[in-house]
Amino acid sequence: MDLGKDILLDMYRSMTRIRLFEAKIRDLATANEIPGFVHVSIGEEASATGVCAALRKTDRITSTHRGHGHLIAKGGRLDRMMAEIFGKRTGYCKGKGGSMHIVDFALGILGANGIVGAGLPIATGSALAAVVAGKDDVTACFFGDGASNEGTFHESLNLAAVWKLPVVFVCENNGFGEFTPMSTVTSVKDIAVRAQAYDIPGHIVDGNDVLEVYRYASEAIARARAGQGPTLLECKTYRWEGHVVGEQAFLGAASYRTEQEVSEWKLRCPLIRFDKFAAESGKISAAELARIKTETEAELEAAIKFARESPLPDAAEVTDDVFTE
Amino acid sequence: MAVTTYIQAINQALSEEMERDPLTFVMGEDVVLSAFGATKGLIDKFGPTRVRNTPIAEAGFVGAAVGAAMAGTRPICEVEFASFFYCAFDQVCNQAAKLRYMSGGQAKLPITFRAVYGAMGGAAAQHSETVYAQFLSVAGLKLVVPSCASDMKGLLKSAIRDDNPVIVFEHGALGGRREEIPAGDYLVPLGKGAIKRPGENVTVVAIGAMVPQAIRVADRLAKDNISVEVIDPRTLIPLDEEMILSSVEKTNRAVVYDEGHLRGGAATDIAALIGEKGFDFLDGPVRRVTSLDVPIPFSPPLEKAALASEVRLEAAIRELVGR
Ligand SMILES: Cc1ncc(C[n+]2csc(CCOP(=O)(O)OP(=O)(O)O)c2C)c(N)n1
Repeated sequence: MDLGKDILLDMYRSMTRIRLFEAKIRDLATANEIPGFVHVSIGEEASATGVCAALRKTDRITSTHRGHGHLIAKGGRLDRMMAEIFGKRTGYCKGKGGSMHIVDFALGILGANGIVGAGLPIATGSALAAVVAGKDDVTACFFGDGASNEGTFHESLNLAAVWKLPVVFVCENNGFGEFTPMSTVTSVKDIAVRAQAYDIPGHIVDGNDVLEVYRYASEAIARARAGQGPTLLECKTYRWEGHVVGEQAFLGAASYRTEQEVSEWKLRCPLIRFDKFAAESGKISAAELARIKTETEAELEAAIKFARESPLPDAAEVTDDVFTE
Repeated sequence: MAVTTYIQAINQALSEEMERDPLTFVMGEDVVLSAFGATKGLIDKFGPTRVRNTPIAEAGFVGAAVGAAMAGTRPICEVEFASFFYCAFDQVCNQAAKLRYMSGGQAKLPITFRAVYGAMGGAAAQHSETVYAQFLSVAGLKLVVPSCASDMKGLLKSAIRDDNPVIVFEHGALGGRREEIPAGDYLVPLGKGAIKRPGENVTVVAIGAMVPQAIRVADRLAKDNISVEVIDPRTLIPLDEEMILSSVEKTNRAVVYDEGHLRGGAATDIAALIGEKGFDFLDGPVRRVTSLDVPIPFSPPLEKAALASEVRLEAAIRELVGR
């Protein structure tokens, strides 16, 4: 697949926005500037980016507790995300949701979710809605390896398969669910093989290679849009940071993975891989990449300023939005 | 007596009961490493057959606990956050709760479920809910809500020895609270409430994490010569009706203080009991102080506005006693 320069630069910008945003969120959470549970996806930028780059604006996604990356890749604004994570009224959900629950319907982001596996049936339903409404929009559903053990995964794949729904199931396999290694609670080595049980295509994808993700996602999305039904993509990746920011405080001396494993995966950094590709292909200069980084840093600074300066919600807003009026 | 936290009390109860009965075993997500510490170290003592990490599959492993109980063992099943019970509702409500009755008394279901409930600061609606009321009207489940470390230990041990499905709700904000707890084989029976602070003018029935709050309010009001009796029912099913009613008989005024929602909530249930069976004792309406009927919001000022609070409890008490 020969990709144009614009889309390559867009993907680099998306991965850079995710990386810098997540690192900042990690630091702010560590400094106790952010309430609640915060899960970051550093190291997993390529899967979110490669899939969303292959989607149209009107296509939809569902996300997870580790959702900042998916939202950014689908076009989420850093300032409104940051404000939400700070609990401010100017945030995407007026401060009602926080880090785990950011939603932007205008961008087709049906939401991050605090319940593991909850996005799968919702994405299936979103695909169903496209069929019922006679639109050719596709829904991409992000979830973890851990979520693929929930009943909702199996029920959704079957439902989407029998109704040939336009949905792409994207499993980001980072090897762990919280502190439990996947191999100890999952009967298969590759989540992709579970596609066979529902008679749909399943592919193992290098989840740290944004170009490979883009290629597989494009094919699956095209298939879905053409009415040929769902695909399961398994993006093999790794989370560099803890399951939740601050986990060391309660884990203490206990550990669930080795430093060596973490550093090996850092060598497969999706951004460094892209840098290498850029240099080798000769399509993009180092200066262009550096400019994107500088621009993103400025965008992020502005986002933090916006979040800090935004007002907190008023206590009276607590009863707003329980029902549609 | 040794000083122990609420979480350590859980750990002690589990360890002692597993020691006592080889047919008990623990399962749940991440119970081996145990992020919150409740099951820490059990793997070293009891090994992988009796301490099992489950996949993230609530309907599956909760249902497996039901089957394992029916087939003669005594599972202790952890469901992390109590909101995740929603993912396993059928297995809890249609299976665990009903199968003894529906089998004409053949099935025995000695299961202990443990789960963390309540608001702990910015965890948002799917990780902050007080969910025990959702199980109040499912006949066949016992519901336990310990408010302190010693009750936790004694009640959890009783729950594990009980031959019925029991859900033990642990408040997420109580985990680190320290307290002296009695040494030895300390049991608190299910169905026996506790007078946590004796008083004369008004009865406050407080549940779970609301108990220490109610005691603080009572201490403050004592300075204005308002004498508050704080009753902790400790278990919602069975409920110590006698203790609640005899307190109201003495004080003639009642407030029920609960972090759950108002509609269909535990406070509503207990207020109805007092209204129906204690009507002649009452000098005024039974007041319910609960969280608002909204999903618990993320942002701190909204969360504070949504939750039952000491300020609202104090106002309700003052209004009842007229000062
Ligand atoms: C239904 C449900 N069960 C358990 C949890 C607690 N929990 C939050 S994240 C997580 C691990 C999820 O693992 P995975 O799906 O692989 O995603 P990852 O965290 O690795 O990105 C668990 C068990 C939850 N939020 N919802």
